[in-house]
Amino acid sequence: MHPAKSVIFFTTASGAGYGLILWLGTLSAWRLLPADQGFGLAVFAVALALIVVGLLSSTLHLGHPERAWRALSQWRSSWLSREGVAAILAFVPIGLFGIWWVFLAQNTGVALVFGIVAALAAMITVYCTAMIYASLKTIPAWSNGWTILSYLGLCAMTGALLLHLAVSLWGWQVQQSTGIVALTTTAVSLLVKLRYWSTISKPKKDSNAGTATGLGQMGTVRLLESPHSSDNYLMKEMGFRIAREHAHKLRTIAIVTGFMIPAAALAIGLTVGATPLMAIIAVLAACPGVVIERWLFFAEARHVVMLYYGAEAV
Amino acid sequence: MTSLPAAPPSKKLGLVVDLDICVGCHACAVNCKEWNTSGHMAPLTDLDAYGADPNGVWFNRIHTFEVTDEATGASQTVHFPRSCLHCDDAPCVTVCPTGASYKRSDDGIVLVNADTCIGCKLCSWACPYGAREYDEHEGVMKKCTLCVDKIYNETLPEESRVPACVSTCPTGARHFGDLADPESDVSKLVATRQGFELMPEQGTKPVNRYLPLRPRQDDRDGTMSTPRTLDHVDDSADGAGLLARWVDRLLSA
Repeated sequence: MHPAKSVIFFTTASGAGYGLILWLGTLSAWRLLPADQGFGLAVFAVALALIVVGLLSSTLHLGHPERAWRALSQWRSSWLSREGVAAILAFVPIGLFGIWWVFLAQNTGVALVFGIVAALAAMITVYCTAMIYASLKTIPAWSNGWTILSYLGLCAMTGALLLHLAVSLWGWQVQQSTGIVALTTTAVSLLVKLRYWSTISKPKKDSNAGTATGLGQMGTVRLLESPHSSDNYLMKEMGFRIAREHAHKLRTIAIVTGFMIPAAALAIGLTVGATPLMAIIAVLAACPGVVIERWLFFAEARHVVMLYYGAEAV
Repeated sequence: MTSLPAAPPSKKLGLVVDLDICVGCHACAVNCKEWNTSGHMAPLTDLDAYGADPNGVWFNRIHTFEVTDEATGASQTVHFPRSCLHCDDAPCVTVCPTGASYKRSDDGIVLVNADTCIGCKLCSWACPYGAREYDEHEGVMKKCTLCVDKIYNETLPEESRVPACVSTCPTGARHFGDLADPESDVSKLVATRQGFELMPEQGTKPVNRYLPLRPRQDDRDGTMSTPRTLDHVDDSADGAGLLARWVDRLLSA
């Protein structure tokens, strides 16, 4: 599948923003975060900026961005519509949680109720995003549970890295706890991502050139002549292909920069010291790593329609 | 509304394509383009039409496949027209976030409302058959309308009220009708010829059917009579002129 830059940016940026909200709510429930107004202003500004800029960028790939509001109407059947509705509804608890924290210096009591609802709403939104992809039977690499876990895992991981960075910049003692949360989610996300890659490496035999043409019972089906001499929309959008050795190298880069370096930096920060510096390194390394991971998510996925254009299996 | 019709449509209009007859001439695709570029989904934009990298919206694409029987090594060429199958469980309809993509409850035709489509392309991702092509110029998704503006058009003579691809096919490989009615010509044709669905494993329940190739004549055991060929050797001199008879006698000596 063609990796659209706007969608890669949207899913990674908004994912990190929702992940930050997830941990602000959850760790407030654990009474781990002081309701410091300056800290609250910084983290809510970063989270909302990531979410809003991501959502806006997601409209950039539309043919008619001015009609984007129509996408809120079909929540009964469409995961894309549900994502839009969930994203907008999530602003209510996130906003209330932010107002109570920043202006009233509270993250307990009523504020905590908003915080927990905000964390849930953030997860529901990311779940809807993941389901847009996981519900497509036409793309076997996406149509499995590991797609959902990858999206939720990377959202939680990037959010935890950002929160740990903020907490260590403020120099709070709780940085040991946020460091452990960030390290754990990074490790879990890596495991999920590895399982995702091992799942998609097993070929799904459901559809092939034989079932696509219905001629499979007669013998081996091979494309002899393409319908057109230059690439059409389908081939450009669904036929994006990445060389196998490049995919392998990019996976290694994604694993090292997205997971290994952040995990190592967090571990050093937890055991040796220089926690703020290590938290900065973790976030800086994770940014390109997660973007490459998301680029690969699209670039490596194959669509069954390519069975009509010379692919023998997807 | 992008939810599928609650009750199955009473009519299921669709196409039956005979792969045994299709010669891959692309006439159906060309006539489709001609009718529809000024029809319901107009225009069918072409970009760089006469340049190095032409690109355009078409509702119908004709592929050519080679099918090889691995046991005998015999292979056959099959021309394969591909267009929207107007599925009963159309995933392109349910994924649409705006309601622009819909399935008609009266005849089952799947259409796009170009005035409400936001051009998110998700429907084209959901379709296993590549039935939808995005119009970069218009910013909306386009697809086969089953010539909805032709098949019900009372200003046209009755015999013309079929999709453009059907009326133009020079070999009669394309048939149009109601596949929900078991007594319709197309349903009978599908029953007689064992018409099949494309990718039933995708669960889309397509309406259109394809007819398989008829069994080929096979003379590997040599029992079939060979076709008569013209006999090019003329060894009689009857009726030949004087000069020709003299040359014949000279050469036969």
